Amino acid sequence: MADQSHFADLAMEHMSSLYTAALRMTRNPADAEDLVQETYLKAYRAFGTFQEGTNLKAWLYKILTNTFINSYRSRKRRPEQTELDEVEDLYLYRRLGGLEAALAGRSAEEEVMDHFTETDVKEALESLPEQFRIAVLLADVEGFSYKEIAEIINVPIGTVMSRLHRGRKALQKALFEFGMQRGLVAPVPESQGTN
Amino acid sequence: MDSAHGPGGEPAYDFSSEDCREAIHTLYHFLDGELTESRRLEIQHHLDECSPCLEAFDFEAELKIVVARKCRDQVPDGLRWRVHQALMEASNGGPGIEHT
Repeated sequence: MADQSHFADLAMEHMSSLYTAALRMTRNPADAEDLVQETYLKAYRAFGTFQEGTNLKAWLYKILTNTFINSYRSRKRRPEQTELDEVEDLYLYRRLGGLEAALAGRSAEEEVMDHFTETDVKEALESLPEQFRIAVLLADVEGFSYKEIAEIINVPIGTVMSRLHRGRKALQKALFEFGMQRGLVAPVPESQGTN
Repeated sequence: MDSAHGPGGEPAYDFSSEDCREAIHTLYHFLDGELTESRRLEIQHHLDECSPCLEAFDFEAELKIVVARKCRDQVPDGLRWRVHQALMEASNGGPGIEHT
């Protein structure tokens, strides 16, 4: 049984990750702050049930995710979108790899990836339907394993893998579209004429 | 290891051989460190031999890093303070501490 008086010492260091996740979930700074505060309060009150020596960060994320799903989502009454268009594998690579020949020196991929701003990446992630967004966030931003994600969002590991796979491809498509809007990348022509 | 370098990374490469399809199929499991050791070695062996697949894997690995790096947000100072206050109130058995 974990001692409540140690809670702040152990838990406060995760605030930056939790706030980032809360922002991606709520897409709104005021809601994100409320969500983080509520998460800390719930975690503090439930700290007696936390098994010391297990993964505190994953435990906090579980509370954050549940709180978001149970209160913030319903508050917004946003219908949960569960479908995503099918996107081919290597979506972005197939499109950016084509630019490589056109640029001498650095690889075109590096060039383009450097030009994606923080805003592009955040907006692309936030454009994904919630369940895919949360899976990608937990894996790619927070580095949780499939098993940890399955426990955090309480779904089978196969569901985690499928959400992650489809979410990442959709993220690539969204990034590519942002890149096109900002003129960073051009649509790859169907047939290359000369070289 | 990569003697036949060739014009790797051509967008026209279709990853259609069975080994390539297999590799692309397990790409995320490989990058996420979620393959068994023997499976990981099989894929690694293919990457050592196939520069188009290696480039595609490198691209995806780099993208994963870019996403992680560009998705960070600074915690507002006010939030740290709010959470500290809320925890103090909770430890005192609820609201009722002095507000400044």
